[in-house]
Amino acid sequence: MLARSSLRSSRAFAAAKSPAVRTATRNASSQSSQSAAASWKNTALLSSTTLLAAGSVSWYYYQFGRPTQAMTLAEEGLHPPKFPWEHTKLTRTFDHQALRRGFHVYREVCAACHSISRIPYRKFVGSLMTVDEAKAMAEEQEYDTDPNDEGEIEKRPGKLSDYMLPPYQNDEAARAANNGALPPDLSLIVKARHGGCDYVFALLTGYPEEPPAGAVVQSGLNFNPYFPGTGIGMPKQLFDGLVDYEDGTPATASQMAKDVVEFLNWTAEPEADERKKMGWKVMAITTVLFGLSVWVKRYKWATIKTRKLSYTPPHAPAKQPGSSFRRFQQHGYEQKP
Amino acid sequence: MSGLLNTIYTAFVRRNAVFLTTIFVGAFATEMVFDSGSNLIWDSINRGRQWKDIKHKYMSNGGGGDDEGDDDDDE
Ligand code: HEC
Repeated sequence: MLARSSLRSSRAFAAAKSPAVRTATRNASSQSSQSAAASWKNTALLSSTTLLAAGSVSWYYYQFGRPTQAMTLAEEGLHPPKFPWEHTKLTRTFDHQALRRGFHVYREVCAACHSISRIPYRKFVGSLMTVDEAKAMAEEQEYDTDPNDEGEIEKRPGKLSDYMLPPYQNDEAARAANNGALPPDLSLIVKARHGGCDYVFALLTGYPEEPPAGAVVQSGLNFNPYFPGTGIGMPKQLFDGLVDYEDGTPATASQMAKDVVEFLNWTAEPEADERKKMGWKVMAITTVLFGLSVWVKRYKWATIKTRKLSYTPPHAPAKQPGSSFRRFQQHGYEQKP
Repeated sequence: MSGLLNTIYTAFVRRNAVFLTTIFVGAFATEMVFDSGSNLIWDSINRGRQWKDIKHKYMSNGGGGDDEGDDDDDE
């Protein structure tokens, strides 16, 4: 399709060009008596083609160039402000104490509705829990065994290699319990939303006391300006003093939101600490290698870069048969290093 | 200067076996020094933030078995 249309357009272009070419050749050979009529035609031709070009450009801009707005601003949702996260800096790891607090908030609050089913218990070990703590947590849950000899599936306590269980059996059950709104899995939510950490934090702390005048909130929904559409199925979750932190940090709503967001960033990118460190090492080594390669290049090219060419003209222009070119060739250039 | 170069040459480069050994040992040594050096810098920038800095609070009185954790940290 593309090839055919471009063919056609190039043919059209040739057709448009040819009268201009013809007039130009005619002009060159024409007499002064004809030139008045020819210049009138020239002007008309030039003006009409210019008009056509300008017209088609503006028509194209009108059709495809203007910014399109498929949604109203309310449907778009308020853009979250940029918060000064410490753990997103290139030289900083997660604050693992905060991860521990964030997991605490997740377990006490969010886990009632949201799963983090991409996280196995073993991931917590050496990151925000000891082996014993993680094992104990896994054993609180029941998992299906493989079918035994009679083909029956039994229950066994969880192991470190098991993945976190979701709060609902399936999506339908989750919807039924939440007015038809599905609480999404939170393992990758920070990566899955525009604005990442900023968005989730703004969403969690952005519920106003009551919706602003004029805002339409459907029954069963809650007003949140950061949620696209402003009507969200999740009610406000975080209230001051909702959980008791084991390390004594005051559990304000924004503290809990910050901790749980950092925790959700960790579930989305558990490898981030290691990756940042490795990135710096790679940069350091490649800097050295780059310097080395520059040096090697200069070393190898030194003879060529410092070479000089000089021309020694023939001393006696002795009479010789043949052209001067031949003579020149016989003496030739002399190369001096 | 040329004396030093000469010494280096005769000591490490002249015999191929010695030369190869020097390269291999040098590679390992460089890697170890570079790694532990950069880890040191990284850990000092992030003092108090990593699990190894806070795990002593949660290890239950000796032999709590945080082996896997140790492996994760020291990589
Ligand atoms: C009462 C159940 C419930 C609890 C508890 C809950 N949520 Fe939700 N959450 C929901 C529902 C339902 C939705 C889907 C909302 C929608 O699509 O309208 C949702 C959606 C979300 C979303 C996605 C918003 C989006 O852009 O699609 C995030 C992020 C979220 N919740 C985070 C949390 C966090 C963090 C916590 C814990 C502090 C939490 N939720 C606790 C029910 C809950």
